[in-house]
Amino acid sequence: MLTKEQLSRYWGKVRNLTIIVLVLWALASYGAAIIAGFLNKITVIGFPLGYYMGAQGSLITFIVLLIVYNKKMDAIDDEFGVKED
Amino acid sequence: MERESFASRLRKVYAIYTGGLLLFLIVLGIAEQLGLPATYIGYAFVFGTILVYATIGIISRTGQAAEYYVAGRRVPSVFNGMATAADWMSAASFISMAGALYHQGYNGLAFIMGWTGGYVLLAVLIAPYLRKFGQYTIPDFLEARYGGKLVRLVGVIAAIIVSFAYLIAQVTGAGIIMSRIIGIPFEAAVFFGLLGILVCSFLGGMKAVTWTQVAQYIVLIIAYMIPVFAISYKQTGIPFPQLAYGQVLQSIETKLASIKEDPKEQEVRQIWKRKAEEIDQKIKALPASWEEGKRALEEKLNTLPADDPERAKIEKALKEYPKSPEEAKAKWSEDKKRAEDMSKPPKSYVAPPADVKGMVNFLALTFCLMVGTAGLPHVLMRFYTTPTIREARTSAGWALFFILLLYITAPSYAALSRNEVLTNLVGKAFSELPAWVAKWGSAGLIKIQDLNGDGVIQFSEIIIHPDAVVLATPEIAGLPYVISAFIAAGGFAAALSTADGLLITMSNAISHDLYYKIINPNISPSTRVKIGKALLLVIALIAAYIASFRLGIIVDIVAWAFSIAASSFFPALVLGIWDKRMNKQGAIAGMVVGLVVALTYIIGNRFYGLEIYGIKAIAAGIFGIPANFVVALVVSRITPPPNKETQEFVDSLKYPKGEVAHIKAED
Repeated sequence: MLTKEQLSRYWGKVRNLTIIVLVLWALASYGAAIIAGFLNKITVIGFPLGYYMGAQGSLITFIVLLIVYNKKMDAIDDEFGVKED
Repeated sequence: MERESFASRLRKVYAIYTGGLLLFLIVLGIAEQLGLPATYIGYAFVFGTILVYATIGIISRTGQAAEYYVAGRRVPSVFNGMATAADWMSAASFISMAGALYHQGYNGLAFIMGWTGGYVLLAVLIAPYLRKFGQYTIPDFLEARYGGKLVRLVGVIAAIIVSFAYLIAQVTGAGIIMSRIIGIPFEAAVFFGLLGILVCSFLGGMKAVTWTQVAQYIVLIIAYMIPVFAISYKQTGIPFPQLAYGQVLQSIETKLASIKEDPKEQEVRQIWKRKAEEIDQKIKALPASWEEGKRALEEKLNTLPADDPERAKIEKALKEYPKSPEEAKAKWSEDKKRAEDMSKPPKSYVAPPADVKGMVNFLALTFCLMVGTAGLPHVLMRFYTTPTIREARTSAGWALFFILLLYITAPSYAALSRNEVLTNLVGKAFSELPAWVAKWGSAGLIKIQDLNGDGVIQFSEIIIHPDAVVLATPEIAGLPYVISAFIAAGGFAAALSTADGLLITMSNAISHDLYYKIINPNISPSTRVKIGKALLLVIALIAAYIASFRLGIIVDIVAWAFSIAASSFFPALVLGIWDKRMNKQGAIAGMVVGLVVALTYIIGNRFYGLEIYGIKAIAAGIFGIPANFVVALVVSRITPPPNKETQEFVDSLKYPKGEVAHIKAED
């Protein structure tokens, strides 16, 4: 069984990871939308970047975020030995 | 070990299934070339797929509670991801979303970002912790965390409000597709569609729903992709529209800019403006103008000789004429709005809202759709079905991936269709309209009229129904009918899979949460399953009965469901997991206030002209969500903290290892 101190360190790490993911999530969606007018002046593989972010870029960011989150969470679980039985 | 062999067996089964599906498509394609009539191809797709779903449903029949409620908790993450994606993507996502993007340009992207971004919230804030809790329903969690039957009851009521309207919309969608493809009246088609829904869920509950949803996902994603790949190849020479439509967007922008300046287009826009004014006069003169219009039609009919071909036209107009001054007001207001829209110069397709108010509304809508997604009970329930917490996390990722495939494709559908209209329709003579225009015109999905009488099609003379974008694409791309029938089967699969997820959520809410947990806790698990099945049947019949009236308000209610879920469930779940100090009083007060605020704004906006900063009813959650959070936090801080057991319970949710404290596992 883990000590109280270990558990709270574990939860601290999980919480920080969650906050980081949510900040990046907000930047990729709301942030990109707010500056979409500016981004549209840039063209990437034929796409106006502002529209591209809303239609694809933010979605791809979401999935990358979840892949990284899952990897990190697994690593944190293993580090503290709290993987479920 | 056993788990792995189960997963590999599943992979094999679904690989064979996918191969069989493609073979079926090819065989019917060949049969069409050999002269098989279109109606039979339609039948083959609808009944062929229903037969497959029914087979899965029968194989998965069960009387066991754990299998009936949570598919035995052995759904591997990839398959749970696919099932969640099918559960989530409704008839509207499949058929109407691309059309909304076609019409709204950048503004429509709120749906694309909102309905995917919600899965990030779900995956990091709720899903793994709900899986650790490991019971059956969302009200289960609310009661365990906050204690008492009242909070369960509030949860049950919110779940039923949210799910029922949504269910009716799916039944309606299934009915529309059914009536189109096999050519029977809508009222009868609804009950046919119902049959399709029930074969998936009645015998096997969540277990059967899960495995049919996987099969339905495969049908719907292939059906969505084929036509758009073909039309992309036709327009750009690259079969991957997702990569290729950048250039298409640029060509749209150039053409729209010239349409803005074109004198003929301006002339047509002036005609629309006058039309809008005329309709406005008519609305102001109600109810006299309604009687006058009716009398004029009747008089005209009486003066015409019996064999005049004009008669049929007027008879039709009379039949469609509003039945009452109230109905006239609603219909004419709609006409007026459309005329006003058509009178405006076309907006840029890729530019975001130019003013602050527009941007705030866009962000508010995106936010409500995201939070609502993470608060919908039928989606949340799916995360109880995975074998482990790790798999609950990965399955949220897989769900997002499978949803993404369709949502990344939808904007390319929209752009390619718009380009097709601007290139091959605008500027052409009315005498040389393509064949697909005539076909979908008679179905009422496309309307082109020579308003200024110059014999040439102007952009402002084309009205396209949102559903036409997906439905007409195969013909625009010159594909055989077999693809159109396949699209219909895909839309049908999308409607069925969502309907089943909702149906099972509601029947569980009543049989498990209300009857077993509140009214009569002494019944055996197998009786509970029997009651669940009976309720499933009853709810489905009620939904089909209501759907057969085709009430216009259903579409609105579905849109509101997100804000309602976002303002009720989401804060209670997130605070329940992340705020140890949150207590019963806070959670209930928050849910009730959030729900009341959201509903007040929705009703006020829809019926009484209430509007704050231009926010639409669909984004009412922008008031309800913060209201819920603030009230919950304040009330919880001025009332006693939750007891020690509850705090231990919250702690035990955080760590994957170990038992869940406080409540004993059952069954």
